[in-house]
This record gives sequence, structure tokens and C-alpha cells, in this order.
Amino acid sequence: MRSVPFQALAGQALVGLVNGSFYALLSLGLAVIFGLLNIINFAHGALYMLGAFGAWILLHHAGVGYGWALLLSPLAVGLVGVLVERTMLRRLYRLDPLYGLLLTFGLALILEGLFINAYGVSGLPYEIPEWISGAFNLGFMFLPKYRAWVVLTSVALCLTTWFMIERTRLGSSLRASTENPRLAQALGINVPLLVTLTFGFGVALAGLAGVMAAPIYQVQPLMGSNLIIVVFAVVVIGGMGSILGSIVTGLGLGLIEGLAKVYYPAASSTVVFVIMALVLLIRPAGLFGREK
Amino acid sequence: MKIRPKALLACGLLAAAVVLAAPAPMAGQDKVSGDVVKIGVLTDMTGVYADLGGQGSVVAAQMAIDDFGGKVLGKPIQLVSADHQNKADISATKAREWFDRDGVDMITDLLNSGAALAAAGVGKEKNRIVMVTGAGSTALTNANCNAMTIHYAYDTYALANIAGKQIVKQGGDSWFFITADYAFGASLESNTADVVKANGGQVLGSVKHPLGTTDFSSYLLQAQASKAKVIGLANAGADTINTIKSASEFGITKGGQQLAALLVFITDIHALGLPATQGLLVTEGWYWDLNPETRKFGQRFLAKFKSEPTMDQAAVYSSVSSYLKAVQAAGTDESNAVMAKLKSTPINDVFAKGGTIRADGRMIHDMYLMQVKKPAESKGAWDYYNVKATIPGDQAFQPLSKSTCSMVTPAK
Repeated sequence: MRSVPFQALAGQALVGLVNGSFYALLSLGLAVIFGLLNIINFAHGALYMLGAFGAWILLHHAGVGYGWALLLSPLAVGLVGVLVERTMLRRLYRLDPLYGLLLTFGLALILEGLFINAYGVSGLPYEIPEWISGAFNLGFMFLPKYRAWVVLTSVALCLTTWFMIERTRLGSSLRASTENPRLAQALGINVPLLVTLTFGFGVALAGLAGVMAAPIYQVQPLMGSNLIIVVFAVVVIGGMGSILGSIVTGLGLGLIEGLAKVYYPAASSTVVFVIMALVLLIRPAGLFGREK
Repeated sequence: MKIRPKALLACGLLAAAVVLAAPAPMAGQDKVSGDVVKIGVLTDMTGVYADLGGQGSVVAAQMAIDDFGGKVLGKPIQLVSADHQNKADISATKAREWFDRDGVDMITDLLNSGAALAAAGVGKEKNRIVMVTGAGSTALTNANCNAMTIHYAYDTYALANIAGKQIVKQGGDSWFFITADYAFGASLESNTADVVKANGGQVLGSVKHPLGTTDFSSYLLQAQASKAKVIGLANAGADTINTIKSASEFGITKGGQQLAALLVFITDIHALGLPATQGLLVTEGWYWDLNPETRKFGQRFLAKFKSEPTMDQAAVYSSVSSYLKAVQAAGTDESNAVMAKLKSTPINDVFAKGGTIRADGRMIHDMYLMQVKKPAESKGAWDYYNVKATIPGDQAFQPLSKSTCSMVTPAK
């Protein structure tokens, strides 16, 4: 342990929040997909990587900048998701969720392998766009503008998603289709379409997180697999499928991990899993989950 | 089944013939085991170090075999390769399998210190040659040295002693380390800290991060708060890339602190781009743009592979070619005889001029202090370094007198 002045601590907390917002965005997509469709999507990390590569390819092969990539890349990733759902996942709905897990895990390995083969493991640089480069001097720390943008955008996105699913008509038909597909269908809701779109949306969120991560981290084939395990832990702690849970837990764990890096760096990569183990022992359904 | 007496007799005669014929090779007719010289490239094919060695190392080894003519002592040369996945146990298992079952005569590359030490241990046990080009730990030629291991390209002592020393001399006399939390990182940090202190500098602190960390901003803020003039990165590969990237984002270099990435390969610079790396001081054992010979080699390599060769890949080429020359000179592929030739013959090829392999297994050759070019200075992809200084091998590496290798320290 070491003594850390308050100002430095505030800086560290802020940095932790930035990472937390990535966790939140990624685990939100996972939670939507699991909560509504009961699919454990292990390809989520690979799709996040796909989003980042999408941004890089758009910039270097088509001259399309960050702003448009923020829209186009997640759309493309979402389309990939729709395709996967229609052609592969659909066949597994009647089976145990484990089969979906295995399928998506295999898909992730294939995607990563293809990109390693094409681009190597060191990855590619993606510059922070001009209009948002530079930093705010907060007195106690130097906050890059881009990181501030990431926190604000992802919190806004998370809240919008939560609102859409929990508080709108579209969201309620969605929840109805998953709680009781037959009844929902009888009431005139196109259940298969809704399911496909939901999967596409959850996956597009991963793609979006990828685009936002591209300027911060190296765009590289294994970027998703480094993150996905932590993100799964976030979903488990928040309560499998709980949307609000994944948002709050994502931000909270980012913060805790950030502080661990100051006080006891060796534990920074395990602290999340220690918390997961404790939560599972005390509240098996997760902090925000409901026991079934 | 009934055994016929005639068949039994035939078998007996055959056995006698074999026994009688057996001494013949010992008399000098056949000195190549299994009638083939087998070279194994044990490397990281898909992990964090795959770009600096990996498939490129296999290409380099094949080039060396082709340049040698594909045959040595009239016998074919065969190349095999495998992935050690940066794990010591996998590396040891593969090495054992190669030596015992497949008749591999020499193993090269080995990108991770743990994997290299493991394979070197098996080489010692089986009395087969292991030429480490990729890993950096000085343990290979000190505590863990043995008669069958050669440490070819670089080590953590040289990294500290060249770029580290130069940075202290230029006024960077207070350091904070960001260190990868495993054997290699610890070795690099302690070697560098020694150099810093020996040259009148001081170490203000350090932080250890788990291998494979994604976000380094927290560690960089700690380094920033330490007010050290130099932030030493005792890590490698993707970890170094991520640290450098975040440092430029958080304005570390603009704030007057200097980054010292102690182990950087040209593929890392390529991945990061010049805007994020310009001005970095880097220790290298080789660069494709040193002279016409290296440029020609670089072009040939580039035609077969997607990048210019790294120091490691060039060293794999050189290690294979030196090994084959030694087999030729020894007239056999028997390990002790080949090792004696390796240690007594200077190495003159595209990788090293006048290189020598010392008693402790350390290959001594010129090293280079490089500075990464500004984007405007670079003519294009792979044109990344200005050579700031050439450091003769005897000044670059740990002197033999300081070695703790049991083969060179006199028994007391």
C-alpha cells in the first residue's frame, strides 16, 4: 500500500470511469441479447474487434472519417449479427443455451484467426480525429478530450437503450415476445423479426464500442478476447440479463479496477473476478438480477 | 503360425549382417544422423510476439537453407516449425519430441524467455544445440548457461546498456519504470536500474502491471505524478504498444517527460506509426537499412513475406546459416563437434560482421542505437530509424568477467 494524494486519486478514478464505460457498453449488448433472447454470445468480443477494424478499413480504404464510421461500422456489424442469427443461431433456439455459447465461441475464434492472418497480431494505428484531439487541463489531471467524449457518449447510449427497452411500446412488445412468444405472436407481433433485430442491435452496440475504442487502443485482432472475459464477469455481477445492472456494474467495476491499479497493481487483473466470486456466493442472481 | 526353419536362418543371417555392418558409419562413411540435417523453428505463431518472429522466422530459416544450397555434406536439410504459445511447458514438450522422436539437430528462434529457458534445458539434457534469437533474459548465459545453448541476437543487459545509458548521458537522470510482471520485465528493469545508477542517475519508483494489460493510463498517471524525467518501459510487444499510445494521448511527452521503450522491434514501430513514436531511442541488433547487403536481404524477404525482417528474423537466418557452415566444417552433425566449430569460427553474414560466440554462449556482435524518424523524414513504410551510434559488441554486452555462468567462472 502507498499513500496517494487526493488529486492523483481523482485522476485515477476518472481513468477508471473511462474503462468502465467501455465495460458498460459491451456488457449492455450482452445483457440485451441474453436477457431477451437467452443467447450467451461469446462472439461479442470478436464483433467489438470487427467494429474497430470496420472504422480502420473505412478510413484507409474509403477515406471515410471517424464521424461516419461511428454510424456505418456498427451498422455493418449489426448486419453481420443479423446474418449470423438468421442462418445459424436460429437453429439452436430449441436446444440448451450451451450450444449457442459453443457456436458463438467458435465463430469468435474463426473471426480472430482470419484477422490475424490478414493483419498480424500487432494491429494497426487509428488516430484520434482532429476535432476532438487535445486535452482539458483539470488542474489535478490532464483529461484527453476523446476520453471525456467516450464516457459521455456511452453513458448517454446506455441510458437510451435502457429507456427504450423498459419504458417504450417497442420495448414492451419485445419483452412480451420473449416472455411468451406464442401469445405475442397471436397479438400480431412479428416475433422472429423482433428477435433478429434485437440480436442485430445488441451486436451493433459491440461494433459501436469497437469504433470508440479504435483511437484509444491499437486496432488489433485480439482486442476483443482481452476484454470479453471481464465483460462477462460484469454481466454476471450485474445479474445475467439485467440492463440497468450491466450499466451500473460496468462503470463501478471500471472504477474499482482503476483504484486497484494504484493501490495494488498486481491484483488489477483479478479484482473483478474476486468480486464476481463474492457476488455469486452471496447473491447468486447478481446484484440487480431477479431469481427465477 | 508355424515358423519355418529356413526363414529363421534367413533372419539370423540378416541380423548378423546388420551387426557386422553397424561399425561402418563409425569409421567415417556416414556422419549425418538419420541421413538428414533437421532444423526446428520453435516460435510464437499466433500470440503477442507472432509478428516479430512467427511465420517470418520460418521464411528466414528457409532462405538460409536455400542460400546454402539445400544440402550439407551431401545430405538434405529439412526445416520443421511449431508454435510454443509462449508457454514454457509446451516449449519443453515440443523440444523433447523433436530431439527424441523426429531427430531434430538444432532449434532456433524461441520468442519468450520462459519458453527459451525451457527448450535450452531440454537441449542440455539431450546434448543438442539450441540457438535462442528471440528471447531476452540474460539468465540464458548466466545462471542457466550450458554447453549447448547460444544466445544470438540481443539480451536485456545490452538493451539497458545502450539506449538506457545514452538517455542518462543526455540528461535523463531520474527514472520511473512501468514493468511487465514476469521474468523478462523484472530482468530488464533491474539491468536498466543498474545502468541508471552507475551513470549517476536515480530511480524514483516503479509499477508492475500484469502481462497483457489493455489500458495503461492509470500507470502513466502514476509515472507522471512521480515527476521522473524518464519513464522506462520494461515490457514488450502489445504492452509496449499500448503504453506508448496512451502516453501520447495523455500528453506525457508534451509535458516534458521522455519515454524509454527498452525493447522495441520494427514491427512495433510499424504498428504504432511514426506520429506516436517519433524521437524514441531504441536499441536494435539489426536493421534492414544499414548497408547495401542488408537492403538486398530486406528486399528478398519482403518479396516472400509481408514485412521487412525484424532483428529476430534476421538473426534466425544467421543462426541457421552459421549452424550449417559449422556442420560443413565439422564434417558431421554431432552436437559437440558442431558447437566447437561454432565457437571457434567468426560469423560474417548479413546479420553480423566479425561476430563471435563466447564461452558462455553469448554471441558478440555490433549493436545499434536508433532514433525513430519524424513522419516527414520517412520515405514510406519501414523507413523508420536513424542510426545514432554503432556500439561494438565488446561494449554492448555483459563482459565475460561479470558472467555468473558456471562454464566460465573458475571453480573455487
